Amino acid sequence: MNMLMRFNKKFLDKGSNVCQSIKNYASEASFETKPFRLHKLESGPSTHVSVTKEDALKYYKQLHTIRRMETAAGNLYKEKIVRGFCHLYSGQEACAVGMTAALRPQDSVITAYRAHGWTYLMGVTPLGVLAELTGRQSGNARGKGGSMHMYARNFYGGNGIVGAQVPLGAGIAFAQKYQNTGGVCLALYGDGAANQGQIFEVYNMSKLWDVPCIFICENNGYGMGTSAERASASTEYYTRGDYVPGIWVDGMDVLAVREATRFAIEHCTSGKGPLVMETFTYRYSGHSMSDPGTSYRTRDEIQEVRQTRDPLTSFKERILNANLVTADELKSIEADIRKEIDDAVKIAKSDKEIDLHELTTDVYALNIDKEIRNTTPFKPLPASNLGPAINV
Amino acid sequence: MILSKTNRISLHKVSNFFRLILPAESQNICRHVHFKYYPDTTSKIKGETKEMNMFQAINNALHLYMEKDETSIMFGEDVEFGGVFRCSMGLKDRFGSRIFNTPLCEQGIAGFGIGAAANDVTAIAEIQFADYIYPAFDQLVNEAAKYRYRSGDQFNCGKLTVRAPCGAVGHGGLYHSQSPEAFFAHAPGLRVVIPRGPIQAKGLLLSSIEVEDPTIFFEPKILYRTASEQVPVEYYKLPLEKAEIVREGTDITLIAWGTQVHVLLEVADMAKEKLGVSCEVIDLRSILPWDIETICKSVVKTGRAVVSHEAPLTQGFGAEIAATIQEECFLNLEAPVARVTGWDTPFPYIHEKHYLPDKYRCFFAVEDTIKY
Repeated sequence: MNMLMRFNKKFLDKGSNVCQSIKNYASEASFETKPFRLHKLESGPSTHVSVTKEDALKYYKQLHTIRRMETAAGNLYKEKIVRGFCHLYSGQEACAVGMTAALRPQDSVITAYRAHGWTYLMGVTPLGVLAELTGRQSGNARGKGGSMHMYARNFYGGNGIVGAQVPLGAGIAFAQKYQNTGGVCLALYGDGAANQGQIFEVYNMSKLWDVPCIFICENNGYGMGTSAERASASTEYYTRGDYVPGIWVDGMDVLAVREATRFAIEHCTSGKGPLVMETFTYRYSGHSMSDPGTSYRTRDEIQEVRQTRDPLTSFKERILNANLVTADELKSIEADIRKEIDDAVKIAKSDKEIDLHELTTDVYALNIDKEIRNTTPFKPLPASNLGPAINV
Repeated sequence: MILSKTNRISLHKVSNFFRLILPAESQNICRHVHFKYYPDTTSKIKGETKEMNMFQAINNALHLYMEKDETSIMFGEDVEFGGVFRCSMGLKDRFGSRIFNTPLCEQGIAGFGIGAAANDVTAIAEIQFADYIYPAFDQLVNEAAKYRYRSGDQFNCGKLTVRAPCGAVGHGGLYHSQSPEAFFAHAPGLRVVIPRGPIQAKGLLLSSIEVEDPTIFFEPKILYRTASEQVPVEYYKLPLEKAEIVREGTDITLIAWGTQVHVLLEVADMAKEKLGVSCEVIDLRSILPWDIETICKSVVKTGRAVVSHEAPLTQGFGAEIAATIQEECFLNLEAPVARVTGWDTPFPYIHEKHYLPDKYRCFFAVEDTIKY
């Protein structure tokens, strides 16, 4: 009721009458995406995509939560509360949100170190993410992993070595095939990691054995401080599986990513084996916090992307213009998110760190000594396990 | 003759190099065997036994495990026809798609195995030679070893076992003879295990597969055929946590693993005969984590220790053992801990017999330590 009143008010203000506004109030809307580019595929997904009001609000919430959470993470870093490494996902939100929208309960995801947004989407609260960054006990891994290592059911992390998660993704996907779960694994990496040899090793293995693995190259234009053009002899990452079919999608369009992912899942589960998917996107921040992100590109370039391709702004405009949602609805969502993130930041700052004894937990399934060797002569630390594991 | 007729046929598919390692027609398996094999005759495992050499014992263990655990898979380069050392013979026929050849890409094999293990599949990977394991070093040290710790015990890949043949074989040269255990011994979270013969290999391999930690199982390749014992046919496990006192003694402690245990057993005989010295010989078995207690209790008793391994001296695992003995048994020591190891050179081809810590070098170390 409240929503309807606000909705009506907007249109009344504009001089429209109520009847007309209700007539325009759509429950579903359709859009055109940029054309997909295909590699060794006869046909791709339709560029005509639709979204329900409910889903539109959900995606908006997810997009906005990640943006807000990453802004908070960046601020915490600047305040020196988050230390060490911190790789922000701002600018790339539509990739993860679009892919998550296509996931089914049996599907898995493994990604690299730009993992905050994915962790949230796979079911961890913003507090779980932010407190992991600050190394506090409410953190997803109790502060033991930090920025790059977060986990959830069907989410195999958060991995710190460039490209090393991709072979794991192939193994996870193989296990799904072997156990007949019907699931696929999304193995994500960036344009920088795309030049790692091990990725080509598992393209080959996955194609050989028709492993249901979707290799996803999130091409944000820069591998650390080197542009894709200066690092890759071919920047058409969706074709770099050679014999593995590929698809290019506009990674700034959440609906296009969703469609491409649905298509990819369909491809893998129909027994055709792996697929390479390139999501063309952009990162606003530097590679990590030590990189201001402006020495190898201009501020104008970043500004231009923000103004013309931003995944949040463009989605917002679309769903507003289609009368699928109202500005007030979005404002209300934004206010809720702001509060949730602000509250999470407060706890992430004030929460306790785990006790020192957890320094020596979970090294082995069962440690052969009661204590871990060489901790401190004054107060020996026992070896123990927190468990239970959620993956086995 | 160990090889059956069928094996001989399969071997023709193998490259010339491997035929040098496994001459199908010759009893003389290696041009140069630098040690005398001491079969394990005191095994406490009960039940029916069968004469097996080490590759047969390992093969037997794999058959038993794969029969027991239907989620298990085994993969590696050329494992389908039995592998270059024949350890996976007959598995393909019996277990079908659960055994499969991989491309020649060790980093991919390791990463793939970690992923499968993380998704609840018992993954047994074979790296064809330990010398080829280095491309997989990052995967094993950074991904496998730390998965449990960095996730606060939410995720692990304890169902991963990586088997790899290691050590001198008489003519392997630089890239088919190395013993890389010390590299991996520096990665908490991993287990590193090395057997000294068939009975040990079967029991330790089954423990390594079952244990919920990622484990690297190095198999001294010269033992595949030179070592033969009465191996219990049943499924059995041996402890990964305990070093084994292979021979009790009172005057000096000799510590080794894999092939080198046999060198030291012969040295113990020589020392008894020529010096009247009683040697206690210990097989470490598990390099990481390692059994400090058994070693140090022995050294407290004997007051002297010699550690020997095939890998080079500098930063070999003997350094860790010597340092720990020095810390734990300082006041009991009658002499410095001696290390007898490979030279600090790449593993040589034509000079292999000079490089290896053979019984004479070890014997002189025992003599020096006793007379110190």
